[in-house]
Parts: sequence; structure tokens; C-alpha cells
Amino acid sequence: MSPLTYILGWPLLAALVVLVIPRNYRFVIRSVALLATLASLLVAVKMFCQFDAAPAVDGYRFGQIIPWVASLGISYHVGVDGINVGLILMGAIVAFAAACVSREIKTFEKEFYLLLLVMTGGILGAFASLDLFCFYFFHELALVPTFIMIGVWGRGERKNYATFQITIYLSIGALLALVGLIALYLQMPAGSRTFDIVEITRYFNGHPMALASQQFIFPLLLFGFGILVSLWPFHTWAPLGYGSAPAATAMLHAGVLKKFGLYGLIRIALPLMPAGAQQWMHVLALLCLGNILYCGWVAMRQKDLNLLIGNSSVAHMGFCFLGLASLSLLGVTGCVVVMIAHGLLAALTFGLSGWLREQTGTLEIEKLGGLLRRMPFIGAVLIMAMMAGCGLPGFANFVGELAVMFGAWKSLSPFVVVAAWGALVVGAIYMLRAVRNVLHGPLDPVWAETRDATSLWRKLPFALLLVALLVFGFFPRLLTDKINPSAEIIVEAATATPVGKIAARPAQ
Amino acid sequence: MNAALMILEIAVLVLGIALLLLDLWTPPARKRLLGYGAAVALVVVLAYSFKLTGETGFAFGQAYAFDGLALFFKRFFLLAAILVLVMAAEFSDRIASGISEFYSLILFALAGMMFAASANSFPMLFVSLELITVTFYVLTSFQRNRLASLEAGVKYLILGALSSAFLVYGIALVYGASGTMDFAELAGKSAALKDQPLFLLGLLLVLAGLGFKIAAFPFQIWAPDVYQGSPAPATAFLAVGSKAAGFVLLLRLFNTVGLDVTWHWEKLLMVMAAVTILYGNLCAIPQRNLKRLLGYSSIAHAGYLLLGVAAMSPAGSTAVLYYLAGYLFTVLAAFSVLAIIIRKTDIEDVSGLAGLNQRSPLLAATLTLAMVSLAGVPPLAGFFGKFLLLKSVVEQGGSYYAYYWLAAVALAGVVISFWYYFGVIRAIYWSKDPADLSPIEVSLPARICLYACIAGMLFLGLFPNRLVENARAAVLPPPPAKIAEKTAVAVASPASIK
Repeated sequence: MSPLTYILGWPLLAALVVLVIPRNYRFVIRSVALLATLASLLVAVKMFCQFDAAPAVDGYRFGQIIPWVASLGISYHVGVDGINVGLILMGAIVAFAAACVSREIKTFEKEFYLLLLVMTGGILGAFASLDLFCFYFFHELALVPTFIMIGVWGRGERKNYATFQITIYLSIGALLALVGLIALYLQMPAGSRTFDIVEITRYFNGHPMALASQQFIFPLLLFGFGILVSLWPFHTWAPLGYGSAPAATAMLHAGVLKKFGLYGLIRIALPLMPAGAQQWMHVLALLCLGNILYCGWVAMRQKDLNLLIGNSSVAHMGFCFLGLASLSLLGVTGCVVVMIAHGLLAALTFGLSGWLREQTGTLEIEKLGGLLRRMPFIGAVLIMAMMAGCGLPGFANFVGELAVMFGAWKSLSPFVVVAAWGALVVGAIYMLRAVRNVLHGPLDPVWAETRDATSLWRKLPFALLLVALLVFGFFPRLLTDKINPSAEIIVEAATATPVGKIAARPAQ
Repeated sequence: MNAALMILEIAVLVLGIALLLLDLWTPPARKRLLGYGAAVALVVVLAYSFKLTGETGFAFGQAYAFDGLALFFKRFFLLAAILVLVMAAEFSDRIASGISEFYSLILFALAGMMFAASANSFPMLFVSLELITVTFYVLTSFQRNRLASLEAGVKYLILGALSSAFLVYGIALVYGASGTMDFAELAGKSAALKDQPLFLLGLLLVLAGLGFKIAAFPFQIWAPDVYQGSPAPATAFLAVGSKAAGFVLLLRLFNTVGLDVTWHWEKLLMVMAAVTILYGNLCAIPQRNLKRLLGYSSIAHAGYLLLGVAAMSPAGSTAVLYYLAGYLFTVLAAFSVLAIIIRKTDIEDVSGLAGLNQRSPLLAATLTLAMVSLAGVPPLAGFFGKFLLLKSVVEQGGSYYAYYWLAAVALAGVVISFWYYFGVIRAIYWSKDPADLSPIEVSLPARICLYACIAGMLFLGLFPNRLVENARAAVLPPPPAKIAEKTAVAVASPASIK
């Protein structure tokens, strides 16, 4: 059996176990969740280390296929290449950290851990899937718990509004993508239709899709997946949703699940529909500036720490889109690195803000201040996270953002200038201002009773995420060496056929 | 006449009459147990139906067809009736008198549905539909001391009679134009008749009559009121059985008779489907009464099911069958929970669900799963059904562009529906200060039914393979005429799109 099946299977199995544990056995429920996510994490680390040695079939390692709905060509097919191996590792790290910080949940713990485990299994399954149906299925499996968790355990006055907003936005995005995926499936000839991504890619390599179909399907996928990744101007659900969500949910969604849309674009939309991609990339490049600049600008004006982090997380997605829009090897590689780095970073910052909220009961920046004195550990980690968010060298974010900018320079140089300004100047302003207002300055006596994370167990999730950021920041080759060969195949497919050539082909 | 083919229907009818007789010798206190007995007997009938797999044949000339489609639906109706009977037994103390008659009427309606599954001629179609409808006139107004129930019965009676009149009138016109009432003979003649206004009007009126059964726009007016007023088990059977009977007739009629005619009706069906979806979903948003909410939701689901009919392809029919199977478990789960809650509290309002997760975690979980499945979220049955329907519609988009718009409307409907389905879940789990937190006990048979519904929803969502194969085999193979017509349309289409 593939290690991937264990990685996504442990949390789902644990969810079943939690289902039958009586609700007053809180410690047992929490232990099961922690153990399952830890087991996933360990397998994921092992898989990441063994990646280079494993034999590749069709370019994918650790593959496994089990037929599911044979008559429709649906199967459970998992496998990794350089692009998703890092994402799965990142997802497993964040999931374990999210289970650790869920200690703050005091009501309906059984349901919370159940949903958390289902969400974890769904996220990891979506990234591991090599079957379009599974890919979508697992994503939905992870998405719905998000809504319920925000609705039940969320905080803030606008919780209900946020719940419905995120539900409707993400459902529309997911359904648009679903129509795109079905349309893609129907592009195959009637006899040999399959949802298997490997087969589909092979087929369309030999028989490029008709231009009209590409022009129809690509925007469906671009905007469907784009809404899921909070592409400007469809981003408004994100800051408010994360601001209202419990820390663990925000960590998993902002950190991992949101990357699903980007992964879908890289894995499916770009290589299969090169003509569509080339036509739409300028639009995408413009929209991604909306992310970087507009949302960065909005983040500067935020008075609530969670909304600030939420907006900055939307802004960072702009870099991923910029990398994709460049359609260059360096850009796509950088995009994947940013996805991983930002996943760790978003989880870290939302985890920290969850800690602050638990201790102080508020996240209004003006009310906080001087907290570094009371919380040396949390404060120090928060400063480092904010620095990573500004793109300080030494953190993985720097590597990714730099690669994106270099990759995009050739074709999109004016965009890069603006993006760099947006990230480095605007980003630095709001990040440093938040650090100053929350951590430095005089300590309000109201906060005299707040506590730092003292025990090893409490420090663990934050330390783990920070260490991962630093490791990938200092040794980026751990990631780029794996990503590069796979990204090369995708970029080649996405740029291979110039638009004119396909248009000249007789329409089918 | 080939009576052996009708063994299942005969068994059900005998059971219904036997139940009426047994009632004479059963002391009043134990009458509700008869329902469990009837359910067990139906389980035996259902088990026997598996011995008939693969058999085909006709009875009453060509009027009664026994084939894969018929058998699929017969099992479907039997399963629905089993669950509804248990629900009725649970609900029996809310029914003032005549609980045994209530059981028998359910069985007679079941027989009507099973005949409808095999109806292969207009007289058979009409008689079986009347058997269903007349039985439901009584079932809907069974709580004679409740004004709402009587109102529901009267409304159903008036509108049902009206729709029967449409149906008969349509059948008469079709007969007048073609000289036959037999589906098989009509299939041969329909090519010649496809431009005759009388024949078309006749079929249109038949469609109107069936539209009433499935509660499709513009024949949906009765549904919310009747759903709200009827006793919960009757509503459940109406929502599942009566709707499915309408769809099996629609499928059989369109797949055999009206091909040459109805092939050009896709626009009509598409408009019907789109409006039904939007009407049901939009009207469900402000509803506070749970049964009424499910009434509007059932209109919306009739619209989704019409997507598969409008697709006019075997894939579409397969999707309809699959969707109905998932819908059965989902809707019966929801109504079982409602029946138990209403029996205990007599509150039908959404606010009555407050604190349900503390009063009975099983009921709360079942209702939540049912709502999530109705909304079409994996890993439950509703998701895979919607996926198949959507696929069949998008598949036709290549030959006729408007199908893409139909898919878009369906998706808009799905997104709208999240609002009210999640509103129910919200009422269960996070309403403030529930007034009453006394536990609700669930009896063993009801618990078995609830677990069966949950298992059905999950199984169909996680392991769709078997049922997809069965449904695909059950769908009638398209006659040669249709294939020729279809390729002709496909060839002509590139020009017609532009």
C-alpha cells in the first residue's frame, strides 16, 4: 500500500474512532486526534526523505490505484511528484500543529475533533489524488467541515455573516471548477473516458484540445479555482472568514486547503489547456496585482490583528498567481515554494493570533501592547513570523518570492516592480506596525495576568512550524530539487504550442 | 395473461387486505404492532424480488411490462414503504383512530406505484396513478381532528382531480389521433404523427398530469400546503413514492413512445427544470415550518431530477435512477426524524430543533446528514447523484448550447439551497437557550430505520459502483430510431449553434 494512503487514511480512520468514543472522554478524543495527525506527519516526513529513491511510474512515485466506479472511469488513484510531495508534507505539519492548538476548544469537543480529522484527511487526500473525481471529492470533504467549524466554534460579532459568506463564495468556486472538470472529462472520446489525471494528460499530449473548448473550459477552471484561492476581486470571504474562525480551522484552511485551487491550476489547467492559459495569463497577471497591492493596502488599515493577517494572506496569494502567470520554470517553481512557505506561515500566524485571543480575549490592535514582556516565547515567534511575511532572507517565503520575481521578470517586468514594491514596502509597513503595537510599548495593566506558552507541549506547534520555515529557508534545495523536474514538464506543456498553431488546426 | 409476473403486486395487495382483516381480531392496544408486521412481510417480498432479476415479459397484452426498469422501481417502492411503515408505527399515537387502515392504505398506494413502474399503456398508467392518488387523498387527511390535515386533503383532492382530468383528456386526444393506447404501438406511429397538433396537445396534457405528480413547475402549487398539513409518514411517502412513480412513467413514456416527438421537447423540459429548481430553492429560503421547507425542497429536487429527463440520454436516465435512490434514504431519514420530534413535542417549526443534539444525538446526526446529502455534499448520496445529473447535462452541451445555461441554473440552485439546509443544521447545533432539553427516546425499530437510512446515504455516496451499473442496465436501451435521430441532430448541430 502506498504511504499516501496511510497519510490520508490515519486521520479519516481516527475520525471514525472518535465517532464511537463517548463525549465525556475528552482526553481520549484529543489523544486520538493528536496521534493520528502525528502518524500522518511521520509518514509524510518519511515519504519526503525517500522521494528521490522511490521508483517513478509515469512520473509519479508512491502510486496506488483502486477502481472505484469502473463504468465512469473513476478510481482511487494517489501518487506524488515534485509538486505535491512538498505540499503534502506541509499539510501534514500544519494538521498536527492545528490539532495541538485545538486545546482552546471547550465546547462540543467530540464534534470539533471529528470535523478537524475529516478536514485533515480531505485536504491531504485532495493533494495526493491523481483522479479528477477524487481530487474534487476530497476537497469537498475538507471544505464542508470548514463552514460548520466557523459556524459553531467561530467568534466575533459577524460570525454568522462570515459563515454564510464563506459558504456561498467557496461553493460557487467549487461548483464552477466542478463544471470545468466535467467538461474536461467529456472532451475525451466517448469510449475511453476516464477521470485519471495521468491518462488524461497523456491523451491530451497526443491530441491537443480544440481551441474553442480550451477557451470555454480554461476560464471555468481559472475562476472556479481562483475563487477558492481568494483571487482578487473574489477575495472578500477570506479575511472575515479567517477572522471569525477558530484558530485550528483558520490554520488548516488558510494554510493548506486554500492551496488546492493553485494546485489544480498547476496540475490540470496549465498543462492541458496551453492555448487557454496563454490567452488568460495577462488577465491573471493584472488580477494578481489586485491581490498584492489592494489587499496589502487594505491590510494596512486593519484594526484587528486577525483581519490584518487574513488580508496579508490574501496578498501573498498574489505572488503565487504571478508565478503562474509568468509561465516560466522559475516562476512556477517559485509559486510552489510560496505555496508551501505561506502554508506554514499562515498556520503559524493564525495559531499565534489564536493564542493571543485566548489570553487577552481581544485582537484589537489598539487595545493590545507591550505583550512581549508577558509572552517572550509567543512574542518572539510572532516577530519572526511577521519578518517571514515581509520576505526576510532565511525564511522559505523569501526563496519563493524571489524565484517568482526572477521568473516573471522576462515577460512581466512592470508587474514585478509593482509587486515587489507592494510586498516589500506595503507589507513591511503593516507587519512592523503590528509588531510595534501588539508587542512593544508600555504593558497595559489589564494584561498583567496573560500567560506565555511555557510547557514544551504548548510550544511544540509553533516551534515545529517555525523550524520548518527556517529549514526550507536555509536549504531551499530540499524543495526546489524536487519541484524543478516536475515543474519543467508542466511549463513545457503549457508553453509548447503557440496559440496560432492550434487555431490553424481544423476545428473538431 | 401472465399472472406470475405480477407476483410482487399480488403479494402486496393480499398483505393489505389481510391487514384489514387482522385488524378485526387485534386488540386496540396492539394495533400499532401490525405496522411492524407489515414491514417485515414487505422485507420478505423485497427479498423475493431478487429472485426475479433478469426476467422480462408482458402481461395484459402489452399493457404491463416487466423489465429491468420496472424491477428497479418496484424494489425502490418496496424499500420506501418498509421505512414508511415503521415510521407510521412510531407515529401511530398521533393518529386518532384507524391506524390499521392507515397501514393498509400505504400498502395499496404501494401496489399502485408498483403497477405504475410496469405501466406500458395509457389505461394502465391512468389506473395505477389513480390508485396512488385516491389513496393519498385519504392518507393526507388522516388526522381528522387537525384542521391543517383536512385542508391538505382537500387541496390535494381538488388539484389531484384537476390533474387527473388533464391526464384523461390528454390520453383521449392521443387515442383520437393515433387510434391506440399501447406504448409499443404508439412508438411505431409517433414518427408519422409528430406534426399533428392533436397528438402533440394530447402528449402535452399527459405531461401536465405527470408534472403534478412530481410537483414540477407550473404544477407545484399544492406541494407546500399538502406537505405541511399531512401526517409526517404520509408526507414522506408522498415525497418519495409518488414523485418516483411520476418519474418512472415520464421515463418510460419518453423513452418508448414519444421519442420522435419529445426529441424536440428538450427546450420545454429544460425550461421546466430550470424554473422548478429556482422556484423551489428560492421559496424555501423564508420557510420556518420544517415540513413546508421540505415541501419546497422537494420541488427543487423535482427540478434536479428533470435535468436528467431533459438531457434525453441514457446517461441522464441513469442519473435520475441513481438520484432517486439516494433521495429515498435522504428524505425518509429527514421525515423519520421529523415524525419522531413532532410526536414528542408537536412543534413543526425550525426553532423546535434547538438543542436537538443534546436531546438525542442520533436524531441530530441523522437530520444533519440528511440535510448535507440534500445539499449535495460528499461523501453522501446526494453528491454523487447531482454529479451524475450535472455530467449528463454538460455532456449534451456539445450538441445544444442551452444545456450549459441549464447547468448554470442548476448550480445556482445548489448554492441557494445551502442557505436553508445549513439553516436547519444551525438550528440544531447552535441556537441559543433551547427551552426544552428533555431527552427524546427513539424506539428500536425506528433506530434500525434511521441507521439503515444513514447507511444507505453513506453507501451510495462512497460505493456508487454497483448501483450505477444496475441503473444503467435498468434504463431501457434507446430504440434504433432514437440513435439515428440523435446522430442527425449531432451532425446538424454545428450550424444550428451559430
